[in-house]
Amino acid sequence: MNALFRGKGWSFGFRSAIMLYFIILIVLPIVGIYTQSFSLGWTPFWESISDPLAWKAVLLTVKLAVIATLLNVFLGTMIGWVLIRYRFPGRRFLNSLVDLPFALPTAVGGLMILLLLGPNSFVGGLAEKIGIEIVFHEPAIIVAMLFVTFPFVIRAIQPLLEEMDKSEEEAAYTLGASRAKTFFSVIFPTMLPGILSGAMLAFSRGIAEFGAVVLVAGNIPGKTLIASVYIFGEIESSNPQGAAAVSVMLLTLSFLILWTVNLIQGRRGGQ
Amino acid sequence: MMRRLWITLTYIVFGLLLIAPLIKIFTGSWAEGWNGFIEGITRPQSLHALMMTGIIVVVVTVLNTVFGIMLAMYLVRAEWIGRRIKRLLNSLVDLPFAVSPVIGGLMIVLMLGPNTIIGTMFEDAGIKIVYALPGMILATLFVTFPLMVREVMPVLQEIGAQQEEAASTLGAYSWYTFWKVTWPSIRWGVIYGVVLTVARSLGEFGAVLVVSGNIMNKTQTATTLVYQDVENFNVVAANGVALVLAAFSVGLLLLMEWAKKRKEVH
Repeated sequence: MNALFRGKGWSFGFRSAIMLYFIILIVLPIVGIYTQSFSLGWTPFWESISDPLAWKAVLLTVKLAVIATLLNVFLGTMIGWVLIRYRFPGRRFLNSLVDLPFALPTAVGGLMILLLLGPNSFVGGLAEKIGIEIVFHEPAIIVAMLFVTFPFVIRAIQPLLEEMDKSEEEAAYTLGASRAKTFFSVIFPTMLPGILSGAMLAFSRGIAEFGAVVLVAGNIPGKTLIASVYIFGEIESSNPQGAAAVSVMLLTLSFLILWTVNLIQGRRGGQ
Repeated sequence: MMRRLWITLTYIVFGLLLIAPLIKIFTGSWAEGWNGFIEGITRPQSLHALMMTGIIVVVVTVLNTVFGIMLAMYLVRAEWIGRRIKRLLNSLVDLPFAVSPVIGGLMIVLMLGPNTIIGTMFEDAGIKIVYALPGMILATLFVTFPLMVREVMPVLQEIGAQQEEAASTLGAYSWYTFWKVTWPSIRWGVIYGVVLTVARSLGEFGAVLVVSGNIMNKTQTATTLVYQDVENFNVVAANGVALVLAAFSVGLLLLMEWAKKRKEVH
């Protein structure tokens, strides 16, 4: 590295440019949003976040993201396991398909869900007959969150399963443990850190999601309006201070989650 | 028996959650036949939106690649940054992952919008940032920032600095050292990072929507056009543009697989 930037003037210029880029692009905006939300003092900040529509939106977001994350934990653990442990036709195809939600624009994902579950579709019509409304109601938001966060848990547990020492599992069998017992006392503990960090990433992505949700949610204030869409609405109606206040709530939550994930991964790395 | 059950369940989840929607977008855009699809994507606003997306993808990918590689090298190798500061910077890199795209856009509007000090300064100089291309590029740079750094850093950590130091002790010029020693080892990580950056900047929606104002034929991108079409109940047209985006994403997904495999080999 020193070799790369040995020229003195060059070296200094380079360093400053890269660090400035980093600070201006990442650090400054985040500091800016915190200062903006408190720019008029505590009272307006408090008023912004105690607006019933605002905290209802935040609560709804957290609730739906929790449901989507739990679903993800179940499905992700199962799929991660199946894709690593079993050999069957189409396995490699499915394994590449896992990343599709990362590659696909979220607005396209939202449109897909709208087309598939909307009132004119087969599934939507069927659900309506039984009296369940999907699109423009909570279930659609959960599906959208589930779709965009699908890869997280799977990708977090796969490396752990690959690394896992098979002899431990075999030892458990040899000692007469049942399949279920082996799974819960040997395999599951190995996967647990992956499941946890995957779930937290999925959750923080879930509460931040906008593109897929805005198209399917209907965005009825107090009912299907989630936090990121609420923030967008506040920006559109020229209330940046209110938007910033709710943003600060969401951001603080996400930072806590990210920090916890780092902690979990740091501990794993330390062992 | 159990094995059968799990595999079948896996297929069902994939089928419902990923494959069915993908098929739907293909069939949906042919709902009014070939002509409906062509009309949808050859509207002037579609062509303009696709062009805007193209410009953003190219500019963002180039900037993010160059700065991402440089920053990764500093965060791994630089001796002029203290350990503590390095660790702090390292954790800051991930921040955009934790920030909702809408909030990312809001940050840029708050900092550089028409009512701010910096915004008016630029406006006096005749440069518009918010509600124009520069702001949209900034927003996309923000959300794609960690992708390249996070791909390159682990590789640099793994290969260590010995070879580079050896080359420079032997008197090799710095760029020569970089191209001959460092680049071959980080190459596949960089390519993977590029693919991720392209995918993310192609699909960025929330941040761009806030910053651009979504003005048709001016600051509208492909994703914000899809949004507007859906809001206007013009689903077939939305489908056409969405299909173009989806086709690109599937292509990128294949590239991702290929790059991942190469990355593992090297």
